[in-house]
Parts: sequence; C-alpha cells; structure tokens
Amino acid sequence: MRRTWAVAIKEIKQVSRDPISLLMLIGMPMLMLVLYGYALNFDVEDVSLAVQDRDLSSGSRDLVDRLIGSNRFELVATPPPGSDIERLLERGDAAAVLIIPEGFGRKLAAAENAEAQLLIDGVDSNTATTVLGYVNGIAAGINATRARERLRVEGNEALLSAMINYQPRVWYNPEMVSSLFLVPGLIAFLLMFTAVLSTALSVVREKERGTLEQLRVKPLGTPHILLGKLLPYLAISLIGVVLILAAARVLFGVEVRGPYPDLFLATCLFLVGALGWGLLISTIADTQAVAFQIGVLSALLPTLLLSGFLFPIRNMPQPLQIISHIVPARYYLVILRGIIVKGSDLSPFWDQMAYLAIYTFIVLTLAAVRFKRQEG
Amino acid sequence: MSDARRDRQPVVEAKHLVKRFGKFTAVDDLTLSVDEGEIFGFLGSNGAGKTTAIRVFCGLLRPTSGVARVLGIDVTDDPEEIKRRIGYMSQRFSLYEELTVLQNLRFFGGVYGLRGKAYKEREKWAIEMTNLQGKEHLKTGDLPGGWKQRLALACAVMHRPKIVFLDEPTSGVDPISRRRFWRLIDEMAGEGITVFVTTHYLDEAEHCDRLALMHAGKLMALGTVDELKEVFSDRAVLEVKCPDIIEGLSLMSDQEWVLETSVFGTRMHVVVRSSEEGKRQTLRLLEESGNTPAEAREIVPSLEDVFIHHIEKEEAAK
Repeated sequence: MRRTWAVAIKEIKQVSRDPISLLMLIGMPMLMLVLYGYALNFDVEDVSLAVQDRDLSSGSRDLVDRLIGSNRFELVATPPPGSDIERLLERGDAAAVLIIPEGFGRKLAAAENAEAQLLIDGVDSNTATTVLGYVNGIAAGINATRARERLRVEGNEALLSAMINYQPRVWYNPEMVSSLFLVPGLIAFLLMFTAVLSTALSVVREKERGTLEQLRVKPLGTPHILLGKLLPYLAISLIGVVLILAAARVLFGVEVRGPYPDLFLATCLFLVGALGWGLLISTIADTQAVAFQIGVLSALLPTLLLSGFLFPIRNMPQPLQIISHIVPARYYLVILRGIIVKGSDLSPFWDQMAYLAIYTFIVLTLAAVRFKRQEG
Repeated sequence: MSDARRDRQPVVEAKHLVKRFGKFTAVDDLTLSVDEGEIFGFLGSNGAGKTTAIRVFCGLLRPTSGVARVLGIDVTDDPEEIKRRIGYMSQRFSLYEELTVLQNLRFFGGVYGLRGKAYKEREKWAIEMTNLQGKEHLKTGDLPGGWKQRLALACAVMHRPKIVFLDEPTSGVDPISRRRFWRLIDEMAGEGITVFVTTHYLDEAEHCDRLALMHAGKLMALGTVDELKEVFSDRAVLEVKCPDIIEGLSLMSDQEWVLETSVFGTRMHVVVRSSEEGKRQTLRLLEESGNTPAEAREIVPSLEDVFIHHIEKEEAAK
C-alpha cells in the first residue's frame, strides 16, 4: 500500500506541476459542458411560420391567432396570394407555411369540412415532427371546442360525457426541457473523456520517456503501478464531477434530486471502469498520439453514439443495440438520469450496477494481465 | 583468479544464459560471474546484447535457458526480491522531468519503502553525493545532462543496494561530467557496492576492474584490462602512417605476415608477429608501392585493438 501511495503521490505532484494536463482534466470538461450544453438543444421553440391567408375571414384569422397565441410559433411572413411560397421554405426563412384557401371561413360557418394546407420543412425530422405535433394539438383543440359547441346547440350535450377526457401529466420534467435529459448524458460523456484519456496518456507518456521501464525495475508489482495511476485520476475526476454538477445547476438549472451518496457510488464505479479502460489502452499504444486515437475511437464515440446519450437505443438497428451492451455509459446513463432527474436512489438500478461492476472487473483484469505480460 | 575471490559468492552469476526473442538470439550462451565490490564493465557495440543481459539480471526478462543469479537469487525464482535489492539506472536517466530534484528523490525513496528519518538521512547523502546543494527545488528537466545523470544515479541507490546496474550511464553527457561520474562510481565501489556497467566508450573501460567483451550476443573475452591485452603477448601492434591509407590498407591486408589490419582515423593499426621484422617489411612494401613517406612504430595495444581482434576472429570463424 505504501508503494502504491508513493506512485499516486508522485502522479498528483506531476499533474499539479503540469498546467496542460490539469487544463485537460478539469478545464476541458467545463468548456465542453458549456459548449454542448448550450449547443445541444432539442427544444423546439419559436418556430418561424409564414401564413398565406387567401381567405381573410374571421375564421382564418382565428386559426392564425390560435397558432401564434400558443407561443410555439413566430409569424415571420405573410406572403400575398400568388407569391413564391417555396422560396420561403427553401431559404429556411420559414420552418412551416400555412396556406388558408378562399372560402375557409365560409365553410367553417356552414359546418362543412374547412381545409387548410400546412407545409413543413422536413429536413430536420425531429423539428418537423414536433411542429406537426404542435399544429395537430392546436387544431384538435379547436375541433374539440367546435364539436362541443355543436353538440350544445343541437341539444345533445349528453354525448359530451361519452368522450375520452384524459389528463396528461408529464412527470420528472414537466416543462419538457431537453437539458434535463441531456445534462446527465453529457456528464457521462465528459467523465469518459477525461478518465480514459488521463490514465492512457499518463502511462504511455512514461513509456515514451523511459520512466515506465524504471518503475518496472523497482520493487513495484503490477497492482502497485496500476492502482498508483488509477487512484489519483479517480480523485481528480471526482473533483471534475463536482464542478460539472455545480455548472449544470448554475447554467442549466439541473439539480440532483436523488441522494448524493448513491450518485457518488455509481460514479466511482463508472469512473474506475473508464480509468481501467485507459490503462488497457496504455498497454496497447506506444505513443501518446496513438493512445489518444484509440481512446477517442473506443471510448468517446461509443459513449456519444451508442449509450443513449443523444439517440435512443431502442430506435437503433439490432446489431448496434447488441453492441451498445458493452458500452458502460449505457448503464451509467440510466442510473444518472434516474438519480439526477427522477430523484430516485440506487435500488431500482441494481442490474445496471451489476453490469458496470462486471465491466470494471473485466477491464481491470485485462489491463493487469497485459501490463504484466509486457515485462517479457 | 585468486583464492580469496574463489571463496566469496559471486554477486552476479550467469551460466550458459540464453535469451531469444523469436528467432533472434540476443544473448547467446553467456557465462560470467561478478564479485563483490568489483567494477565490472560490459562492453560491446550497439545490439551486442548488453542491455538484454542487464534486463535479465534485473528480473525484467526471463531467460530462455541457462541460469542467471543475482545476490544468490535466481532471476526466475524471485524477480521481485531482486528488484528490491538492486539499483538500476538506464541510459535515458528516467527521471520525472517535471518534478523537482527533491520530489524525484522522495518518489524513488518511497518506492523502496524509505520513510521518515531513514529517508531524510539518504536524501542528505544523495544531495551531497550529487553535489546538488541549493538546487533541491529546481525542476529536473531544467538541469544540465551531467546533473541529471548524477541525480539518476542517486535515485538508483537510495536504498543502499549491494549492486547497481548502470546501462550506458554516460551516453550523451559531456566529457567533464563523464569523468566526474566515474569518480562517483569509484567512490561507490570503494564503499563495497558492486558496479555492473555497460558502455561503448572504450576509454571508460579502463576504469573497470574486469571487462566482458560482447559481440552479437556472445561473450568474446573476459578479464582485467591487462589480461585482455595478453592476446597480443606474442605479437606486436604497429601504428602505420602513409599518404594513402586505403591503398595501404588493402595492400597490407593481403600479406601473409600481417595478422590483422584496422583503420584508426588517419592511421592504421597493423598486427604482426615480430615488431622489428614487421616494421621493416611494412616500410619496404609501402615504399615499393610508392605510398611514401611512410612511418611505422610499435604501440601499446589499446582495448580497441583487443576488441577488433576478437571481432575479426569471430567473423573469420563464421
């Protein structure tokens, strides 16, 4: 233990005297949190809407007022009849164009089917789906009101009670802000980034400089060296976690709702696995540049793409879903969202914890075996 | 070998030691023993197998066959115990450049389990030995090569090992620092520490009590400097000067009375059976070929001559 300690203390002194690695370990994640946090936003707000109202009746104006009044849309243009509507969509000036044909108001008043056309820019399918949902919702609201009116006029009010009257309530994230969904993923991503690269680069740097050979001639076993490398970076990464959580709270209003000890426990387990992955990389790469590339390819990309951070795993093709099972962030992310957003404790996530523990165990064993074998 | 030496247990011992990497034989049937307090020089060109042999002795590599023992411990039995009891310094010095002098000492002391008073004592000793007083808080990377070298040596012997392995410790260091470093090595040997040092500087070899000459993984010769030079006891080394060395060399090497030839800068060394006869024949030959003015004189053979002699013998045997 004393020897492990000697290596760990040396590592901390080294890092603290090396502003660049400190910056990479703590500064980079903060910067990325801010960048990603603001840039990554799935919320669809202030959709630019152009309206070509060829009817100019009270019925058509009412529809437009309802859309704008929902605060989801922003009226950006009212092209007169006959003008080039396509251009608005092509140039991206409007994300949606509503065309209300002549006679819309008249048909409405006459209780006929009143048609209107909505053109949506579908290049960004997520936004298009959301816009469509907004408009459908608003139209359904209008239709429901009209139906109720009609039934009342016709004296069939009894039929009203035969309608489905569901009360939707969104739990955990009632305002449905995407930052609440994204920030936990971002934390997993940033931790993976710093943890994997910190141990990988630190060991490979010693390889490059010849000090690793020196360590091997010392009475240090593989566990002494590997633990001596792992522990300091675990401590530094945990400091990073605190900073990221603080920043997430200040910048994005994301608070940890669940118990901190549970969050700490899960984070430690995830971090040890990630640091172990970095150690494993260090037994493969001989230069820092190669270690960096392997780190990005084997840890960062899967965490970004296959963990469920940005893209739901259930929507992925079967082969990718299978691969996603070996991405540790997949399990950590479920735990993080549970604790941070849902205010849960660790108990519902024992199977995720078990997966993480198995992953960590396998990675550390492999790293130790490979590290020892390199002695020749 | 004197009787006194025979009684003591060797500090380093190799018997028919072989280390192969795939098909490449880095160390080929090496047998040697190093006694306590000796400065043992391990000489050879790059790729001669010196570093591989040292790595086997340090418990870093397992021998393919044969036996290697250090301080009586077989390297395959307990490499960890060997690592605890030896010192090792590599040609790259292997210090942590971003740490200060003291931080390096403390780390390497800590690795050997030194703490508290025991550590402080060794720290004081190390600073005095390396002459780094007042430089304790400088960044190691900013130190000149010679200082780094002495610090690396101090770090390697913080735990008072009985033997220290130095792998080309003087490569890339200026001549004054080299001389100073050898004075340190002499002092350590005086304290009873066995020094096993590899080098390819033949002038440094003269500091060693005994030498092993390695070539292509094989041990060519082993003994004191004088013993090694005995291969020239029945022959003479002539230093020959003539205007066209290349021409002269090819002419000389064809003569049956010339045993060996080699070029040393603007001169050549010619090994003959008898000094007087050889000198006469050499000058006559060069004059006949018009390669004049020519000079020839007998010299005391250097280690380099010994080394070349062995390599040529080996190459000829192939």
